[in-house]
Parts: sequence; structure tokens; C-alpha cells
Amino acid sequence: MGQFLPFTKQVLKNLFSAPATTQYPFVAREYPERTRGHVDIDKDNCILCGMCMRSCPPGAINVDRAGKTWTINRFDCVQCGYCVEKCPKKCLSITPGYQEPGPEKVNYSVDVPYEPPKPAAKPAAPAGAAAPAQAAKPAEAPAPQA
Amino acid sequence: MQEIKKDMYLIDKAELLQVIMEKKNALWRLCQICCSFPKAENHYEVTYSFANGYEFANYRLIVEKDEDVPSISRVYKSAIYYENEMHELWGLNVENIKVDLHDKLYRIDVETPFIEKEGE
Amino acid sequence: MGKRSIVPYGPQHPVLPEPIHLDLVLEDEKVLAAIPSIGFIHRGLESLTSKKDFNEMVYVAERICGICSYMHGMGYCMALEDIMNVEVPRRAEFLRTIWCEMSRLHSHLLWLGLLADGFGFESLFMHSWRLRERILDMFEASTGGRVIFSVNTIGGVLKDMPNDMLKDFVRQLDEMEKEIRDTTSIFLNDYTVKSRLVDVGILTGEDAIRRGAVGPMMRASGINVDMRKNGYAAYNEIDFEVITSNKCDSYARCEVRIGEIFQSIDIIRQAVAKIPDTEINTKVTGMPNGESIIRVEQPRGEAFYHVRANGTKFLDRFRVRTPTFANIPALTQTLQGCQYGDVPLLVLTIDPCISCTER
Repeated sequence: MGQFLPFTKQVLKNLFSAPATTQYPFVAREYPERTRGHVDIDKDNCILCGMCMRSCPPGAINVDRAGKTWTINRFDCVQCGYCVEKCPKKCLSITPGYQEPGPEKVNYSVDVPYEPPKPAAKPAAPAGAAAPAQAAKPAEAPAPQA
Repeated sequence: MQEIKKDMYLIDKAELLQVIMEKKNALWRLCQICCSFPKAENHYEVTYSFANGYEFANYRLIVEKDEDVPSISRVYKSAIYYENEMHELWGLNVENIKVDLHDKLYRIDVETPFIEKEGE
Repeated sequence: MGKRSIVPYGPQHPVLPEPIHLDLVLEDEKVLAAIPSIGFIHRGLESLTSKKDFNEMVYVAERICGICSYMHGMGYCMALEDIMNVEVPRRAEFLRTIWCEMSRLHSHLLWLGLLADGFGFESLFMHSWRLRERILDMFEASTGGRVIFSVNTIGGVLKDMPNDMLKDFVRQLDEMEKEIRDTTSIFLNDYTVKSRLVDVGILTGEDAIRRGAVGPMMRASGINVDMRKNGYAAYNEIDFEVITSNKCDSYARCEVRIGEIFQSIDIIRQAVAKIPDTEINTKVTGMPNGESIIRVEQPRGEAFYHVRANGTKFLDRFRVRTPTFANIPALTQTLQGCQYGDVPLLVLTIDPCISCTER
């Protein structure tokens, strides 16, 4: 039998064993803890430095210093984890759970409560003006975009 | 022939066919042909890599911008694809390829996408 | 002389997971010549070096291919480590070796499945992929990605595998080895499979060299070359024999790949036994300047990376020659004189990865 029907053993086994697949929509899959599903932000630690925006290979992250928002387009994100590695405050993390599909690409935006240390002069700049952004530039000024 | 670094030799166009024939007769295999255009030098560099077992040798040919290179596809048949690739992506003219695929190896819209066009 | 006709084959074809186009010149049922054309999924990743800096390119390099993604990232990192004179910690080298071999395992199991699908043995296809699934789960547990791992960085790796995780992987592989042996014995012994593979698509050793074939394609023609013997990563501390076969046909290619599956399991065992406890990456500073050529052995064969840096953060040239590109001339050789019905099978025996080829 060995040479002619080597598959017979497997066939018999298949008949009496449970399926190898899971009943997906009814049984949810459990992800291991290291799964790179989506990027999460701990907004209290973010200093709006923009390192993640500059290092993101697909350009999915946008940091708005004036409007104090951190925005990610989860449909463009490739979950490479480079932003997590680059973040100086370690406020980004990659956690399990994939972005659900949708009819159009939407941005996910977070309001960051960070207050940049203001210089003594001009304490009351109007919201949305360019002044705070100029004043609060960190030491590592962004390289000009090529 | 001049050794630039380990396993890398600089050759000129007249030496090319002689080197290739030597390699062919010694039954070396063609690893790859790489074309590049370093912006600082403003010329093409074509690197031919050969391997025999674990031995390895690279030959670099420097080609000016509007110069042609001789084809080695009559000696090494597999060079057809590398040479067509060089022509289609980099715009380097290769004389007399054995099977000239007439820009049909890569079915892309842009002509010579890897080289910066003048005025851009 | 029969009637000659030209049959277009692909880019959409049931056995092709990716688009490649062949113009087949037929005389009755016999193929006289095959002219390939590619470029349906050309993305120009090589020229992205002018837009992404050399650190970001690690992630771009990984996305060249979905099956050997790990080794593309690793080859790129190795080339830059060579340029920047970085010594990678030993533990990182061993971790790279283990991930490489796991990639080889999953790639070969994937290929066995596709081959079974190619000759119409659907249940064998399902079984190969069922086995592969466990390796993907192991990847997810260790790196966080099932296909794209993003664990390489210039100077080492980003994630460590704790020793008990490694022991658990070895235990799982031991369990799987028996199952894989059962499944692969069907490929090697079943007469229906043999009737499709034996003496189909002969590529002699001399032809393999003349056509520049690489990897299992070349080793199935009796040529003993495996880039792992060059001793990159931790392969210099690992004891293994290059698997070759002298049969030169499709069956030989199947045999070589099956042999490599068990060899990979053995290499992982050895690497886990020898892995030292050191750091997993070193800090790299400065800009690369110089050039380097690295060759690594991917599941499909030798891959070639040429990186040329000019002292700025954008590289001058990043060249990848993937194994499938090198195997296309060998494919056209095996297609000459074959029967039309064997064409899908022969295209599969080179383990085509078209996305790789076009970069």
C-alpha cells in the first residue's frame, strides 16, 4: 500500500478529525501580545515633536503643532513600527487589533494636551496663530523635506 | 584592468569581451549586471558579476552618458534580461542584444523611470 | 512539421499567484520557445532611495516580497552594516539565522502546496498550507507580523526571542516534523505525483550554469552551491550539508526543497542550542559612505544586494537581483521542447515570485 496509496492514511485521518480552521465570525481569533495591529498613542506624554511624522515611511502620520493634534491615517499605515522606535518620549505603541475595513479612508485624530514651554514675552498668542509653533521648536529642528 | 577593492575590478570597453570570454570558458556563471548612475559622477556604471562556486568577481565598466555598451548576450544568454532591463529602466543603449525585447520586458508607462530627466 | 501557433500564457492564469506573461510558440502540443515579459507590478522600489532615507529603506526593502520579506530586509541591513563597519552582536546573528530558516520552512511548504495545486492534488495543497500556518503563528508570536516582520534594523534586530520561546518553537517544530514527513512522503512516493514530475523539464548542470540559474533550481542539477556556506549571520557555526540532486528534472527540484525543509528544522535546533546571551543591537551613528555587495541564500536561491552610498542620508543605488529574475532564463530553457500541458507545472518549479522580480 505504501508505494501506491500513501495518501490513504491521511484520508482516513481527515475523515475523523476536527477541521483545522476556526469558525471565524463566531469564534474570534486570539492574537499574540506582540501582534502589530495598529499604532496607539498615549496622548498625555506626547510633546508634538513630529519625529513620528518625519520618520513614517508611507507618510501616514500628521502632527499639527498649532492645532495640537496628532493624526494618523490608519489605511495608509503599514504597521512597520518605525515611529514607535523613533518616538523620544516612547508615547507610541503598537498593539493588537487590526483596522476594520471601510468604504473610505478616514483619519483618526487625537487632541494632545501638551503645553509648550512658552517664552516670557508674548504669553497670549491667539489660538491657531503661527507664533507658538515658532517658539516651541525643539533642539532637533526638522531637516528640510527633500 | 585595475582592482578597486576585493573582487571588484575596473575595466574598459575594449577589455570587456575578452574578460567575458575568459569567464565563459572557465564555466563561470553570470550573477547579475547592475547599472547605476551616481549623480555626483554623472556617468553610468555597469557592474558585471560572475560567480563560480563560492568564488566571486565583479567587473565595472564606466560609460559616458550618450555612449553605448557592447552586448554580452551572445556569450551569456541570461544577459538578455539584464541588458533589456538596463535599457528600459536606465535608458542606457546596449548595442546588438541577441533578443531585443523593444521596451516590452517591463510593461510600464514611463520611459526610463530610474534616470532623472533633464529639466526636472 | 505541424502547425505553428503562438499562445499567450498569463498574466492571469489559475496556477499563477502573480502576473507574468509568456508568449509560447507551439508546434502542435509541443512548446518550441517561450518569451517572457514582466512589469505588470513594477513598483520601482529601487529608486525610492532618492526619497526615503537609508533607515526607512529597511522597511521598503522588506516589502519587496511577501514570502522572503525577512531576508530582503536582512540583506539590505547586512550591506549597510558592511559599509558602516558595524559589528552585529552574536545573539542578533543567531536570531537572524533562526528567522531565516523559519522563512525557508514556510516558503518551501507554500511552494509544495502550490505545486500540488498545479498538478491538481487539492487536498495535498490544503495539507501543506495547514502545516505552514503553524509557522506563520510562530512568526506572529515572535515578531508581531505574519508576513512582514519589521524586526531588522541596521546594527542588529529589534525584538528578542526569550529562551523559553525558542525552546517552545523547537518543541513545536519537533511535533511538526513528523507531520511534514508524512505529507512530503506523498510528494516523493505517490505514483500520480511522480508521473507529473519525473523526467519533466530537464535542466542539465551545464545549462544551469550557462543560464545563470540559482538556488534549488541549480542544486537540483547537481551543482553544489549554497550561499549559506559563505558563513553570513551565524551560519559559520552551524553544521549542515548542501542538498543536491543529480536527477535534473522537476522531481529533483521537489526533492531538494523537501530535503531543505528538514535541514532548516535541524539548523534551527542547532542555533537554539548555541545561541549566546548578548545584546541584540548596536547603536549606529553617522552616514554611510562606500559600497558593498552582499549575497544571501533565500528560499528561492541566491539574492544579490548592491548598495552604494555617498555620505548623505539618501543612497546612490540600491540594487536587488532576486532569485526569480536569475531563474527566468533557466525557465525558458526548461520550457523548450516540453508539452503544453506541463507549462504551468514548469513555471511553478522555479518557485516564481514575480513581485520580487520586478521590485
